[in-house]
Amino acid sequence: MSPEYDLVVIGAGPAGVAGALSAALAGVNVALVDGAARPGGQYFRHLPEGFHPGRPGALHHGLDRFTRQWEALRERATLLLGHRVWAVERDEQGVSVRCLEGDREERPRTVTGRRLLLATGAHDRPLPFPGWDLPGVLTAGGAQALLKGNLVVAGRRVVVAGTGPFLLPVAAGLAEAGADVRGVFEANGRLGLARHPLLAAGKAGEAAGYAVSLARHRVPYHGRQAVIEAHGEGGLTHVTVARLDRHWRPVSTRTVECDTLAYGYGFVPQLELPVQLGCATRRDADGGPVVAVDAGQRTSVPGVYAAGESTGVGGAVLAEVEGRIAGRTAAADLGRRVGPLPALLRRRERLSAFARALLTAYPVRPGWQRWLREDTLVCRCEEVPLSGVREARELGATDARSIKLLARPGMGWCQGRMCGYAVACLAGENVSAPRRPIAQPIRLGDLAALTRSPLEG
Amino acid sequence: MKQPYRLVRARPEPEFEISVDGAPVPAVPGQTIGAVLHGAGIRAWRATRFGGRPRGLFCGIGVCFDCLVTVNGGPSLRACLTEARPGDRVCTGEGGLAVLGEPGEPGEGPGTPHGGQENGR
Amino acid sequence: MPDVVVIGAGAVGAACAYYAARAGLDVVVVDRGPVAGGTTGAGEGNVLVSDKEPGPELDLALLSNGLWRDLAERDGFEFEPKGGLVVAESAGVLDALVGLAGKQGVEHVVVDPAGLADYEPYLTKDLAGGVFYPQDAQVQPMLAAARLIQRGAERYGQGTLMLRTGVTVTGFVRDGDRVAGVTTDRGDILAGAVVNAAGTWGGEVAALAGVHVPVLPRRGFILVTEPMREPPVRHKVYTAAYVTNVASDSEGLETSAVVEATASGPVLIGASRERVGFDRTTSIPVLERLARQAVELFPVLAGRRVIRTYCGFRPYCPDHLPVIGEDPRAPGLHHACGHEGAGIGLAPATGHLIAQTLTGARPDLDLRPFRPDRFEKERP
Repeated sequence: MSPEYDLVVIGAGPAGVAGALSAALAGVNVALVDGAARPGGQYFRHLPEGFHPGRPGALHHGLDRFTRQWEALRERATLLLGHRVWAVERDEQGVSVRCLEGDREERPRTVTGRRLLLATGAHDRPLPFPGWDLPGVLTAGGAQALLKGNLVVAGRRVVVAGTGPFLLPVAAGLAEAGADVRGVFEANGRLGLARHPLLAAGKAGEAAGYAVSLARHRVPYHGRQAVIEAHGEGGLTHVTVARLDRHWRPVSTRTVECDTLAYGYGFVPQLELPVQLGCATRRDADGGPVVAVDAGQRTSVPGVYAAGESTGVGGAVLAEVEGRIAGRTAAADLGRRVGPLPALLRRRERLSAFARALLTAYPVRPGWQRWLREDTLVCRCEEVPLSGVREARELGATDARSIKLLARPGMGWCQGRMCGYAVACLAGENVSAPRRPIAQPIRLGDLAALTRSPLEG
Repeated sequence: MKQPYRLVRARPEPEFEISVDGAPVPAVPGQTIGAVLHGAGIRAWRATRFGGRPRGLFCGIGVCFDCLVTVNGGPSLRACLTEARPGDRVCTGEGGLAVLGEPGEPGEGPGTPHGGQENGR
Repeated sequence: MPDVVVIGAGAVGAACAYYAARAGLDVVVVDRGPVAGGTTGAGEGNVLVSDKEPGPELDLALLSNGLWRDLAERDGFEFEPKGGLVVAESAGVLDALVGLAGKQGVEHVVVDPAGLADYEPYLTKDLAGGVFYPQDAQVQPMLAAARLIQRGAERYGQGTLMLRTGVTVTGFVRDGDRVAGVTTDRGDILAGAVVNAAGTWGGEVAALAGVHVPVLPRRGFILVTEPMREPPVRHKVYTAAYVTNVASDSEGLETSAVVEATASGPVLIGASRERVGFDRTTSIPVLERLARQAVELFPVLAGRRVIRTYCGFRPYCPDHLPVIGEDPRAPGLHHACGHEGAGIGLAPATGHLIAQTLTGARPDLDLRPFRPDRFEKERP
């Protein structure tokens, strides 16, 4: 049986939607698959229709443009929302995308295509610290998702902490939505809002908008400070904020009362699907693995393209540009006539240079390991404390994988998505590309009932 | 009206109720169970299996699996990804840990709501 | 200069080092990776007597079973003496199982269909019965290997047992015919004797010494479920097909259900066997078959989720027996590899016997069936 679609796109964020639209406009028969019920990915997360928002763009920068692309795509492609992909396979004929459809019934469904565009995005990169598993401690992206996707303000008195420019829209959004934001604590050097790198990327308007918003709500922005401990009985009541030296070692501390902490130390690209297919990875500017692509966004695996955060964290604007290039390359490779790309390629060049500069400007410094105590959980799922990691090392576990085998960090529900970075740092190595042949939990009954891939005939 | 609603000029549809350990909690159509609980001030609905630590939302986007919850007897659902439906019975306490049905009966456990003695709210 | 260099820090190498140190020898264990990172790290931790045909391997398994119990009494290792239940789908298969159990002469209980529920309340009702083996057990393999080395070092004096990870053996030091140490990427290590406990890579290590030991990889996948508060599986439960597959010579894919819970909460589901070289590509049809067989045995598992799968390579020899003992073609080189899917279970006996050959003591078992040069005449 031949594949149902010319191109399957995984991910309905800016990269996936732009890629799907570019290919569809070139006459390619496209299916777009995403686990969420609504498009947008993490950045353009949409409100449920039940809210009937008059100004949906109030919470997003650049939503109008994305919405126009989505509306254009609706008429030209098959949109499979609410389809979580747990595995992808490839053979001579094309790719089989194994999905689970629905948010609780989970019916297995396989979508086949001649080519595949991976636009799987990224999630927050949390660092462990004492108390990070207290209720009320959220990732910055989690606080955003509550607000953008549910109109729920994460807390009354909120502290925003971590590193990177993403903290600004999170803090501004929370303040606009009525939270008392007690401060933004940026662990890296005091770049100051006036010299914020967003300005350098011609995003002066966006940066100024956040600055004005934070100033209007009297939210202080502190450089080289971090939340190094969260306190409370059964829920967050206050955090310890430390001034840091340039290695992020605490110099002095104080207490800030709050009921919610929203924090993040950059992003982790979601690589399980490209790794399943055997796509080659490379090290990004921060040392983390990302999918390696050529000028046309082709991965090392024939017929498989990648765009957006999985090829290097760079934000929504770069993701869209990469998606458009990938969509057009795929169309050309499928024999469709597409226009020239030079302007897009130049734009990608500029934006990705800026993305690399941001990664370099907001690194994670090794001093965070001093925030941990022996009983601090490194792995939330399997409740593995730092002492467990130490004992594994003493037993002869010299790398992150053998630490995992001996002490179990990364063996639980999240499969190392939350602790993988920290465990690699503690093992003294770079994070390696994750090997997760099952990218989403699947019921044994559903796995047992799978029919063979339609491509096998 | 709530401030975030004003921000986007929302005209929400009428709320419906779900029950959390028997107590009614309001939800707007389309909200996730995680958002409904967190918004209602319920911040923990699961206890970890070794240390009994309270857990609720953390990553909020389906990656960390800390927010696992039992809905209508169906265990191990990520609250942050599962949209609330009218009449949903949310059971805290057991949360992420699968509970067995009677021996010999295939499928899900009985899903009886219980007191939530382990929810650590 | 140590008395012995052990190549491989998996369960078998660790046991060889432990028993050699206990026998008073100075031991260095080298591994190109970390501790337990190869064959052991991808295993299940089976300590079985039930799946062995009567003969040398069963004798080895029984010796090992007793040694595991001694070790566990001292050091734990997450050793669970839970027992194994082999179930039969039909009366004919049950007869064969009961016949095998009689010939094995190991402790067992024949269980009628009604009695199965007393052992496993969630087991399917569509079975003809089974045989329960109380001696079958489970151990956390990585922890076992790591702790054997650590405890051996602590107990038998500092310096007598040393672990060196990240050291790749590149060849052997010879003194005439005799093997007198190893060359590595971190320099030579001279020693009175060398033990090849390189698991799936044992054949490659043997080749470095110019001797032929045919150890080949057989790929096996394991599914891991979500953690459960009360796992519905109490013993190691498997179908009779597992016993026949263990000894099979088939080139193709074989699967048989092996289901058990672990101390940390998840249920492990095996076992597939394929001869595909060192290919790690996940095969969804294999996962599907494993899932189907597990759900057939335990229908309640249908609603439980798989969160992980991993594959490993079981080192097998053409006659399905391990290679244990000194190699007459390369005196000083002792082999301890090729245990197929049973290396964890057979590790203590292997280590104990190797320690005996190293010290010139008379081995507790006849080692002739395991001799390293037994494949010479079959060489192409």
